[in-house]
Amino acid sequence: MNTQTTPEKPASLSKRPTGFMAVDTETASAIEPATMIEMDAFSAWYGDFQALDNLDLEIPEKRVTAFIGPSGCGKSTLLKWINRMNDVIPTAHAAGHLCLPDIDILSRTTDVVALRRRIGMVFQKPNPFPKSIYDNIAFGPRLHYTGLRRSDLDNLVEWSLKKAALWDEVKDRLNQSALGLSGGQQQRLCIARAISIGPEILLMDEPCSALDPASTSRIEDLIFELRKQYTIVIVTHNMQQAARCSDQTAFFFEGRIIEAGPTRELFTRPREKQTEDYVTGKFG
Amino acid sequence: MATSEHPILKPFETNCKFGFRSLSGIYAREWGVKSLLAACALLSVLTTLAIVVVLFTEATRFFHADRVVCDAVTLQDGERVVCDTYVATSTGETAGDVVTCPACEASHTLPAAVTFVDFMTGTEWNPLIGKETDKKFGVWALISGTLIVSLIAMLVAIPLGMITAIYLSEYAHPRVRSILKPTLEVLAGIPTVVYGFFALMVITPGLQFFHDGFSTFNATAAGLAVGILCLPIVSSLVEDALQAVPRSLREGGYGMGATKFEVSTKIVVPAALSGIMSAFLLAVSRTVGETMIVALAAGSRPHLTMDPRDDTQTMTGWMVQMALGDNSNFDMTYLSMYAVATVLFVITMSLTISGNVVRNRFREEYQ
Amino acid sequence: MTRTGSHPLSTLADRIQPRDRTLLDKSFRWFCIATASTSIMILVVLLVAVFYLGLNSLNWNFMTHYPEPDASAAGLGPALWGTIWVCIVCGMFALPIGVATAIFLEEFQPSNKWLLKFHGFVQLNINNLAGVPSVVYGILGLTLFVSMAGLFGTPNEPLLSVGVRYYDQFFTAGQKSLRVPVADPAQPNTVAEPGLRALNSDNEWVVANVVDSRRDLPRSMEERRYAIIQGKSSGRIEEGSWYYFRLPFGRSVLAGSLTLMLVILPIVIISTQEALRGVPQSLREAGLGLGSTKWQVVRNITLPAAIPGIMTGSILAMSRAIGEAAPILILAGAIFLTNNPGSLMDDFTVLPLQIFDWAGRPHREFHHLAGGGILVLLAILFVFNLTAVLIRQFTQKNLT
Repeated sequence: MNTQTTPEKPASLSKRPTGFMAVDTETASAIEPATMIEMDAFSAWYGDFQALDNLDLEIPEKRVTAFIGPSGCGKSTLLKWINRMNDVIPTAHAAGHLCLPDIDILSRTTDVVALRRRIGMVFQKPNPFPKSIYDNIAFGPRLHYTGLRRSDLDNLVEWSLKKAALWDEVKDRLNQSALGLSGGQQQRLCIARAISIGPEILLMDEPCSALDPASTSRIEDLIFELRKQYTIVIVTHNMQQAARCSDQTAFFFEGRIIEAGPTRELFTRPREKQTEDYVTGKFG
Repeated sequence: MATSEHPILKPFETNCKFGFRSLSGIYAREWGVKSLLAACALLSVLTTLAIVVVLFTEATRFFHADRVVCDAVTLQDGERVVCDTYVATSTGETAGDVVTCPACEASHTLPAAVTFVDFMTGTEWNPLIGKETDKKFGVWALISGTLIVSLIAMLVAIPLGMITAIYLSEYAHPRVRSILKPTLEVLAGIPTVVYGFFALMVITPGLQFFHDGFSTFNATAAGLAVGILCLPIVSSLVEDALQAVPRSLREGGYGMGATKFEVSTKIVVPAALSGIMSAFLLAVSRTVGETMIVALAAGSRPHLTMDPRDDTQTMTGWMVQMALGDNSNFDMTYLSMYAVATVLFVITMSLTISGNVVRNRFREEYQ
Repeated sequence: MTRTGSHPLSTLADRIQPRDRTLLDKSFRWFCIATASTSIMILVVLLVAVFYLGLNSLNWNFMTHYPEPDASAAGLGPALWGTIWVCIVCGMFALPIGVATAIFLEEFQPSNKWLLKFHGFVQLNINNLAGVPSVVYGILGLTLFVSMAGLFGTPNEPLLSVGVRYYDQFFTAGQKSLRVPVADPAQPNTVAEPGLRALNSDNEWVVANVVDSRRDLPRSMEERRYAIIQGKSSGRIEEGSWYYFRLPFGRSVLAGSLTLMLVILPIVIISTQEALRGVPQSLREAGLGLGSTKWQVVRNITLPAAIPGIMTGSILAMSRAIGEAAPILILAGAIFLTNNPGSLMDDFTVLPLQIFDWAGRPHREFHHLAGGGILVLLAILFVFNLTAVLIRQFTQKNLT
């Protein structure tokens, strides 16, 4: 049953940001946020190939930061360095400064397992484990904690699924395989799975690129909702998406950050020629 | 396109010195080639068919207890000639009765009839030592030998192969891999007779060094050697299964803060479970059919035992013993080789088929 | 959208505890390394044992001489030549048929539903044939090739035989052999009579010196050369030319090779299929787009591109054939041979079988011979595998 049997709930239009204005009002009303992730002269390589060159960027707390840019510009690479997913690739190495407020991400002594508990990740293609919906959500907490009771897990699963706006659709079939969900539902399940372990940061690597427009709009709603509690970094190819749901945007080109700043400014008054060409669709 | 400007078609248009190759000729050749290739493919189907037909017809001859093959030897012009004719009995003689060969007039005692049920349920196998009228062909004596050797082999091959596969697939640095992988390939490429020699010369003395109870030929040494033989098979099939699990699932696990151990054992292995099961089935099938190691190291005493220190005989071991014996003697004992081969074929074939079915199911899951 | 406040686990901080799993992870890693290295250890022990037992028996005599009962003089000449014969003949049959089958399965996928079913059936059949124990192939070969199910007479009285001469052989008092050509194999064996003309070992016609009894035998070695006692009976031998052929095949090189062909056919087919699958689909489409037929695409584009892979797979399949002993054992038994095979119809033995024979004997000297035989066998396999690895590496460089 891969088809969407449950009709997608109509998005609550009142909360939905429309255009830049909605985002802008949200941003303007907030106090200047603290920096969550700080990078300074950060470079990264795959073997001899330099994927990232001398990046300086500050990612604010409890805001959505979007990375945009053409394919192969290094935005996904940066995302994977933030939670050290690149450790799996033997040839990948990096230099410079990449820090959370209290830890140096790149340090050899950093416990990557503890790091990834604080930094959740959602991938391009939905990747639910071939287990039941319940076990998918309970997987992380079971790994990380001892002394959990069944009732704690039940609470947690419900909370996470509600957070990911999936509870109503799956509450009657928690014990069925997660692979039976539709693509959009699977991706929301992955988001629920990521927040189940209580991270501070959520990294999203083109979370909507494999989804249809209806599912995409639900995920965007969700992102908008989640930014109240989590620092979100989203990589996207879709400029409208970046405009719709991000507070900050960084434009990447050939491994460098060409321009970074508040989303509205970057899209309406780009400082650099390349940024303007990209956001107006002249290349990319 | 204006053909007049085309460097080849222009002369074709102006003076018709050459034309296109005839399409019908090309099609005819295409058909011929295709038929030839199809005939080659058919050969493999015919092979299977031939195996089934040969095994079952020869095995049926074994169960025909109402006749006997004359094995009388006469000297003709200084050469030993075996009579080798069927002596059919039509008047309903039973075991122990004497019948006469129509060709050489030698008399024979009819052996005890071996029924299919006796064969499949009996636990005693004594055609080489029993009296002519009291030969017992109970295949379980041989199957038990095969079982114990396979069991020991799997106790070695499954844990070792499985962990080696997990290591290769999830942990190993490319440099380690480049040593380990060829080592396993070399182990897989060593002829089985070498493993048999190894079992006899190294494993058995080693076992006897630790424990006095092991006889010169024993099931443990053979089983260990077969296990070593199966280790690369298990590890490469399991590694294939683990590699087929999509990267995205591993990334999902790492992204949740799982350690490598947790990703391997809680995500990758469960996701590849059916592939792993298929690897086990195929390895067991290989173990059951293994011949040279057991022929060298397991001994030749068919009896129902579960003592791994004892000598024993497997189904394949019996077949080898028959092939090594006096081949011109086509009596019941020799024909039993075909019946045993049929049982062996049925067992290995069902293991292989179920292994392949499980594997194909598994492949579909991730494609 | 539901708001449910803070993370539920934050309220349970006093009861639940974070687990420290790094120790488990690290120890599992070391456990894996230890387990994986056992295979390397086993290989080392095996090689050391084989070298220790076999190195001393390697010499020229061992490589050329026949396996005499005296261990110090025995060699594996006939087995080595038998392996070479079987390897060549088996390859000549298995490789073309295997490659053709693989091409049919990979490149000629039919569109018709029923033919597609046939394709699937053949594929399934080949996968399952790969799992049939080789000893069962031995049984098949025994019926199919050795005796041909009795359809063409017995191997001793073949229905058809070409390129063979029969001789009646006498051994003289001087331990020389004299051969009398036999025109009709159905005749009884020749008996020594006065005036017997026969061929000596140099193929010259001589008149045998037939004497009445043992007491009349000449004293000098020179005269004893052609001396036979009257009434002595001869033994029938056959001398095949290089093109000797008969039906049924008997326990011959050809029967063994064909049986081994059946054993390795699935391996050749499966590895060739993998090589063909490695050729990018775009190449085929380019060929078909130019108006080539399927076979033209295969011959000119796919097959040349897949040749390195096919060769690697074929070499590995051939090394499997060389090491295979069980089917040959069932088919030919462990026989004692003094001659190298000279034609397809000659009796033969192969290296693994000779090793099996020696290893199974109780005397220590023969175990050393078996060790020497294994070293020779492993050396051959090493050369084969090295070739395969080199082909793989060279072609990889060419592609990149």
